[in-house]
Amino acid sequence: MARTIVCDGNEAAAWGVALSRPDMVAVYPITPQSSLAEYISQFVADGIIQADLMDVEGEHSVLSVLQGACLAGARTFTATCGQGLAFMFEPYFRTPPLRLPIVMSIVTRDGITPQCVWGGQQDAMTVREAGWVHMYCENNQEILDTVIMAYRIAEHRDVMLPVNVNHDGNYLSYGVEKVEIPDQEEVDAFLGEKNTNWHAALDPDRPMGVDPLTGGAGGLGPALFVRYRKGLCKGMQNALGVITEVHKEWEKTSGRSYAPLIEEYRLEDADYAIMTIGSMTGAGKDAVDAAREAGERIGLVKIKTFRPFPLQALREALRKVKAVGVVDRSVSFGWNFGPVYQELLSAMYFLNRHIPAVSFIGGLAGADITVDHFNRVIETTAMALHGEVFSEPVWLNENDQSPGSDRVSQ
Amino acid sequence: MYEIRFHGRGGQGAVLASKILAKALVEEGKSVKAIPSFGFERRGAPVAAFLRFDDKVIRQTTNIYHPNCIICLDPTLPRSVDIFSGMNPKGIWVQATKKSLDQLAFPSTVSRVGLCDAFGIALEIFGRAITNSIMLGAFAKTTGMVSVDSVCKGMESVAFRDAALDKNIQAVHRGYEETKVFDINGQEVS
Repeated sequence: MARTIVCDGNEAAAWGVALSRPDMVAVYPITPQSSLAEYISQFVADGIIQADLMDVEGEHSVLSVLQGACLAGARTFTATCGQGLAFMFEPYFRTPPLRLPIVMSIVTRDGITPQCVWGGQQDAMTVREAGWVHMYCENNQEILDTVIMAYRIAEHRDVMLPVNVNHDGNYLSYGVEKVEIPDQEEVDAFLGEKNTNWHAALDPDRPMGVDPLTGGAGGLGPALFVRYRKGLCKGMQNALGVITEVHKEWEKTSGRSYAPLIEEYRLEDADYAIMTIGSMTGAGKDAVDAAREAGERIGLVKIKTFRPFPLQALREALRKVKAVGVVDRSVSFGWNFGPVYQELLSAMYFLNRHIPAVSFIGGLAGADITVDHFNRVIETTAMALHGEVFSEPVWLNENDQSPGSDRVSQ
Repeated sequence: MYEIRFHGRGGQGAVLASKILAKALVEEGKSVKAIPSFGFERRGAPVAAFLRFDDKVIRQTTNIYHPNCIICLDPTLPRSVDIFSGMNPKGIWVQATKKSLDQLAFPSTVSRVGLCDAFGIALEIFGRAITNSIMLGAFAKTTGMVSVDSVCKGMESVAFRDAALDKNIQAVHRGYEETKVFDINGQEVS
């Protein structure tokens, strides 16, 4: 029997890991991921997870250890964020072209400097081009379910790529709600036999070169390098279909359904829409419901899968509306807008129709994105619908003076 | 949707209290979302935690700015923090204090008050001024929104750092029994 517990997002992720039966977990703690590493350590100590747990000296080693384990056929997990992810970048970038199906939670945190230890999606967004699958969760149940699904996606023969399951630091990592823990037998049946490493096994009976020297301007080098790159792109492209299929399968197993790529909320007869990603979405939906009651024809589009980019799905959603407001929890420096907004602009090229769009940036470094903030997003996007042009992003927390906060009152 | 804001000082267990109450409310069939405020974790510094509950699924994961209920775990905190900030009308205030109602200042948005000498009780039970479980008993008494049994059930799966479960269960009961509840005109209800 599935059982219900009340837990935070980091514990929900740890239960997802436990049910997926990894062989090796390597961790190095960093706020707000630390309690996730601690839950896993506790589960290993209690025998709930039968895995080798390696406490290594830093995140570069975390992922290097898992690469070795994965090459030896192990199912692996880790989690990190912020500066930990930055320190991990060298093996991080190598993992996708090695085609290793490692699953890693990014408990998203804003980037320093200036100093901050709180949530924001700057870390995950900054590594969006490195070849990992990126999925963002809205609530704790979705975290648990997505960690499990991530193994099916990563280990799929047509994908064979590492997957990041991202959940918002602070708001989800420490946010507590009801979570259903599925049966082990159900998850075992869903995940099936491990398929971690059929393509590059360190197997004396089947010797194979891993990570050969390629490139340059002569011989087979350039062509071989292109083959690797195109293979990675193909895996990414295949992942779109696999992610969709795996979500359907999980619904059959668990009874819980999630939009695999993007979720359309009250979009059918909408004139305009707001776009969200991650835990902010709940407040966005509440604001949309209130605006609907006031007669606004407004809907919401939530990004679940950000890599591979769900171009086709987003295109179908955008066809339905005449203006869009995009709320990002990070900054694309240089473009000076939010990264999701930038991607929306690219997607619009394939729409053959110009839609007014506004970039909103909020929730940086732990700041809140409330229903009131979303009311402003909706009002501003309605202005864009009626012809006003916004050439700069709207910074949602720029004038926040939050009442009731200890930091203000001290 | 009902919104509760916990105020306390680092080390008194405000965040843990919100988690235990969340579990207790789930025991009673409610949907919950609880999040801590995000400050630096320092002993003695003001902290807050937020808890929403409802009969239907709660979607918003945000701080609480307009609480229906304020639970304050520390007797001196109202001097340094505006704990009543943004409080909705007909609010409920549950305060750890050994003072009587006429010695306390509170705004007109408060319609019911629960007062409990949680420090005194905590020193007797734990030998330290950790008030969270006592104040959950005080909340149960003041609001009637959750039963003492559910609060105790909510504590079962919690790894307490400073005392064993049985002492915390005792603390909840004493908080419940020793809380004085007043309605807005200062009349003692129970």
